Amino acid sequence: MSAEPTLDKAAAPGPGPGGAARPDLPPAKAVRRAFSSPLASALVIAVTVLWTIPTVGLLVTSLRPKGDVASTGWWEAFVHPDFELENYRSVLFDNTFGTSGGLMPYLVNSAAIAIPATVFPLVLAAMAAYVLAWVRFKGSDTLFFVVFALQVVPLQMSLIPLLRLFSSGAHLGSVTVIPALNLQDSYLPVWLTHTMFALPLAIFLLHNFIAQLPRDLMEAAVVDGASHFKIFRSIVLPLSAPALASFAIFQFLWVWNDLLVALTFAGGKPTVAPITSRLAQLSGSNGSRWELLSAGAFLSMIVPLAVFFALQRYFVRGLLAGSVKG
Amino acid sequence: MPTDTRLAGPALHLADSLWQDAAIKFGNTAGAVLGFLGLLLAVFFAAGRATGRFSRPLAVALMLGPAAVLLLVGLVVPLLRTVYLSFYDSDAAKFVGGRNYGWAATSSQIHDVLLNTLLWLVVAPVAATGLGLLLALLVDRMRGQAIYKSLIFMPMAVSLVAASLIFKLLYESRGAGQNQVGLLSQIAVTLGWDDPPNWILSQPLNNFLLMSAMVWVQTGFAMVVLSAAIKAIPDEITEAARLDGASGARLFLHITIPMIRTTLVVVLTTIMIITLKAFDIVRTMTGGNFGTQVLANEMYSQSFEQYNTGRGSALAVILFLAVAPLVVYNIALLRKERATR
Repeated sequence: MSAEPTLDKAAAPGPGPGGAARPDLPPAKAVRRAFSSPLASALVIAVTVLWTIPTVGLLVTSLRPKGDVASTGWWEAFVHPDFELENYRSVLFDNTFGTSGGLMPYLVNSAAIAIPATVFPLVLAAMAAYVLAWVRFKGSDTLFFVVFALQVVPLQMSLIPLLRLFSSGAHLGSVTVIPALNLQDSYLPVWLTHTMFALPLAIFLLHNFIAQLPRDLMEAAVVDGASHFKIFRSIVLPLSAPALASFAIFQFLWVWNDLLVALTFAGGKPTVAPITSRLAQLSGSNGSRWELLSAGAFLSMIVPLAVFFALQRYFVRGLLAGSVKG
Repeated sequence: MPTDTRLAGPALHLADSLWQDAAIKFGNTAGAVLGFLGLLLAVFFAAGRATGRFSRPLAVALMLGPAAVLLLVGLVVPLLRTVYLSFYDSDAAKFVGGRNYGWAATSSQIHDVLLNTLLWLVVAPVAATGLGLLLALLVDRMRGQAIYKSLIFMPMAVSLVAASLIFKLLYESRGAGQNQVGLLSQIAVTLGWDDPPNWILSQPLNNFLLMSAMVWVQTGFAMVVLSAAIKAIPDEITEAARLDGASGARLFLHITIPMIRTTLVVVLTTIMIITLKAFDIVRTMTGGNFGTQVLANEMYSQSFEQYNTGRGSALAVILFLAVAPLVVYNIALLRKERATR
């Protein structure tokens, strides 16, 4: 992946017409011309349609009356249109799946988990990245390398020990290092786990950005007698806004869409579990209630889709900077 | 109608408390965020007044400390602890040596799981990257390319759980003679296959059907990143090759591919890493049944459904050993590519 565009001083020469004054196509397009033909366009359109149909199917299903969904395929809705929002009302508020309430509490949990789990690592990682980049001390390089290397640890390696830590505390022999915390029905384990797991990548990406801030500016601030806290707040944070925004979008979508942390630390309880974890359960236990499953799935998609379409530019920028967590 | 009021009564009450519930939860969340930021500001304000030789270590401790402690507690210690637990029995009470690994190496059930995982690791990333490359080459020349790109890229924003439900609906199957509600079955029927199979139950086809969901999600990612890499090839290089008479497929094979090779491998390994770690699709679509189990989901099942800490930990270690080299290679390539830019 290429360097983050905002960092890339010598921006890639785009294939735009502004380059050399030549009458024919800019050369970068020559390769693509070989692939351009009505056939190529048809292929792209075919793939796009193929890629969109499954989502359309889900959306249409969620808008059809229960009886229609059970008896005919969703494509019949184009022949006999009959749409309503009843499935959404029902799946949000009724006891439709047998247990307490609808999906509304889970949707609330998704937001209540995702917002702090984005803010916490963002702020903590930005502070750590600043110190590692600008307040050098003995061992700071080693520390940065360790943080960097922690990216190789998959989430799965931490699940069992963390779950034990949250439920029974930490003990060294008979000495209690961390007491058992009563965290049932609390978002705290989920927030903490997401924060811990976001840190290696977040520190690494933000360090790349913050380390490249102008040295003159930092030195001038130090000469003026500004403390590190002041420099961080009034110089580093404002200037790193693009990098912070890119990471925030990724982290928010990651947490909102996560299933593993949710299932392990929040289970399926309406008190704390997010919508992904409930949908995964329902897929197993109520797999044929498509009018409700489709509405539930679409409800879970609304927020990420809105974020995606509104902030696609930042999303792509973050992607090119390598902010992909496995 | 008394039945109706009785039905409406609790429902209305529930809706009421649902809003209340939401208000309390959002209140707690806002409190946590504001409390966190407020605490930081207060600490910053107090510590910012410190001068002299303590100001620097204080800044390091306060700004790096929280992240360092969280990394230690959340990643470093658990890493060692999971390795340790993998040598103990299901309750973490008795040392059993390498028995958990022996089980993973010899049980036929885990053999199938590893075989499936390997299949996923090869098929899904290669398919997504290949298709993404093809689209990257084709789409940039088209009018309205932004729309095509957005639509193909969109699944990347959706959770793997939602993607699984979308594909589960696609594969839904009804008995012969009934109206089909799954599109795949309907297409099969339309093409003259009177009694199409229950797709999700058909081994080994179902593995590939599950992988399709992953390909659906990752193709857009591959397309966007590869498209950026192709655009970044310097004009002079392509031009020089063209003056030498190269064109079309030769230009693609001898200029484009070598120039984006690093990016291509980065994309491939990134999708491999995601594929190895993801358990969402298998969990949501089949729960690991019907011969579709993969390592990441087996690890979850052993740990949190069978409550076998030893086996779960051993599987986590195996997953770690499989993922780690890929991540190291991926990061090394990423750095190399950055250095050359």
